[in-house]
Amino acid sequence: MKLILILLVLSSLVALPHQRTPTTKVGDRHRVSIHFSLQVDEQPLTLDSLRYTNRFGERYALSSLAFYVSNVRLLRGEQAAYAIPQDSSYFLIRAADRPSQTLSLPQVPPGTYTGVEFIVGVDSLRSVSDISHRTGVLDPTEVTEEDGAMYWEWNSGYIFLKMEGYSPQAPLDPSGRRSFQYHIGGFGGYDEPGLNNLKRVRVLFPRALTVGKGAVPQVNLAVNLNQVFDGPNPIRLSRTPSIMFSPASKQVADNYATMFSLQSIQNQ
Amino acid sequence: MKKILFYCFGLIGTLMLLAQTCQTTKPPQPAPTVTVIGPPIPLAVPANFPQPRLDTSLKITAAGVALGRVLFYDGDLSSNRQIACATCHQQANAFTHHGHRLSHGVDDRLSRRNAPPIQNLVWAKNFFWDGGVHHLDFTPLTALRDTAEMNSDIEAIRFKLEHSRIDYNGMFDKAYGTREITSQRLLRALTQFMSQLVSASSRYDRYSRGEDTTLLTKQEKEGLQLFRSKCSQCHQGELFTDYSFRNNGLAATRKREELEFGMTEEQKVRLLATRDEGRYRVTLNKKDRYKFRVPSLRNVQYTGPYMHDGRFTVLAQVLRHYATGIEDSPTLDPRLRKGKKLGIPMTDDEQKKIIAFLKTLSDPEFMKDPRYADPRLTRYSKL
Repeated sequence: MKLILILLVLSSLVALPHQRTPTTKVGDRHRVSIHFSLQVDEQPLTLDSLRYTNRFGERYALSSLAFYVSNVRLLRGEQAAYAIPQDSSYFLIRAADRPSQTLSLPQVPPGTYTGVEFIVGVDSLRSVSDISHRTGVLDPTEVTEEDGAMYWEWNSGYIFLKMEGYSPQAPLDPSGRRSFQYHIGGFGGYDEPGLNNLKRVRVLFPRALTVGKGAVPQVNLAVNLNQVFDGPNPIRLSRTPSIMFSPASKQVADNYATMFSLQSIQNQ
Repeated sequence: MKKILFYCFGLIGTLMLLAQTCQTTKPPQPAPTVTVIGPPIPLAVPANFPQPRLDTSLKITAAGVALGRVLFYDGDLSSNRQIACATCHQQANAFTHHGHRLSHGVDDRLSRRNAPPIQNLVWAKNFFWDGGVHHLDFTPLTALRDTAEMNSDIEAIRFKLEHSRIDYNGMFDKAYGTREITSQRLLRALTQFMSQLVSASSRYDRYSRGEDTTLLTKQEKEGLQLFRSKCSQCHQGELFTDYSFRNNGLAATRKREELEFGMTEEQKVRLLATRDEGRYRVTLNKKDRYKFRVPSLRNVQYTGPYMHDGRFTVLAQVLRHYATGIEDSPTLDPRLRKGKKLGIPMTDDEQKKIIAFLKTLSDPEFMKDPRYADPRLTRYSKL
């Protein structure tokens, strides 16, 4: 008899995932949105505008900016967190595409949340999975007009952050332009340890965010892109106008890991 | 207790019903998946081969393979509609580009490396000369996107396939259950076709499996013995590779500054190719400088030119390189260094015998198998 009971419990567990979607459950889950406000030193980002300056006085414009955000977790104090379901937790933020700058998290359980945590990039597990898990923003063949490909096909893996632009201080490139381009990736290697530029970012809220009945809370995160140059490893455009799959990319990744901060929380 | 059981069953039943009614009121919009439909084709593992490395969860069907095969031979996958996968991977040469040192793409552009054979890939740990790709699904992307190879993008491919004379939507439907052409499905179809390209019917194979021990001549058997003592530490086992990356002493220290005025484009490419740092580009580990994949030697008679840059045109040059042509460098493979002597000691006669043996690895059945041929050229095609 005990065995039957165990079997029953097991079978009900198996049955549970099937009733995850019914509308009856949606009532106690809520939408939360996270907006990435792209800025350069508190000015909103305008592409192709030569109006920004890094700490070395190098003037620059950005022509293309995109980065991946994945494995989003809403924190509940020090220990607990609500993790967005894995398959829905990959986002590509693109300067050229305004809707992409707001993540919509549709199924957040009610409660109070003290911060948000995410990976800038695509975790190593997903970076080595087969093609069936590479849909949407993870499609390795996806190419946009403004930002091109976000995937290295010769060295399987995503470009976590791509930032391109021009600067009067950058040296002439082979096409006669004073351009710079940073393509940063590296999930840690597959067969043996390799370049790892996965960065986990945590932004804490000064006051807890309450998710419950009512309006849709929106968390606004400021993204100060000047930190790519002026972060802990100051980077001179004139010296390193091109950084891609190389050891120098670690410095850029350390820099952009510091570009996120809380701007505001709306609808509370 | 029976009552409890009754309630439990009732509860589960209601839940299941609830789930079902929800589904009927809200018709689900199935996203196009790469899940194939139809009975799976089991992968036949030759008796003398180890277990395949490709994940066993990958389901392969006849419709999936058929689709992959048509795609493999379709120039529409390239920007100028002329370069198919099969351009650089020709069946008659074990799916390599015989006589071409470097891959030859759209508008006569040359890529950086020699096109490797497509055979026995389900046993491979990772792919290409530097192992930069670690799943078969992603191997076509390198050629598809390389501006010097197929120079293509998925949007253009999808458009061309949807307007093709070939009924691609119908073929995708047969393979995957709906007509949508997605990059995931396209790549997985190519995986399914490539997984079928197994070469295991050479004279050596029959000899090795004990099917017919009279198949090798005396010279070839001597060559086999020599091969085992001199080559098989790296060209290991029945797949004739340990899949490792090694610096095999190719002269590799040319610099861009060495390019001279008046050199032909071909000479320049050749000089620059010798600077290829191989596995280092993938791992960024200094110990990997100038290391390249130990290639399988199956069908080696047909897969020339040899080495990552195709610098050797005939096998005799390759053997001579190992005997007397090794160039020293910090990452040179220790097996190619005996004290102060470099290379593998082999007399001319021994080299000849080893080459005789290598030719027993040729598999004409594989290179003529109509199942792998251009579907437009065979009567087996239903197009």
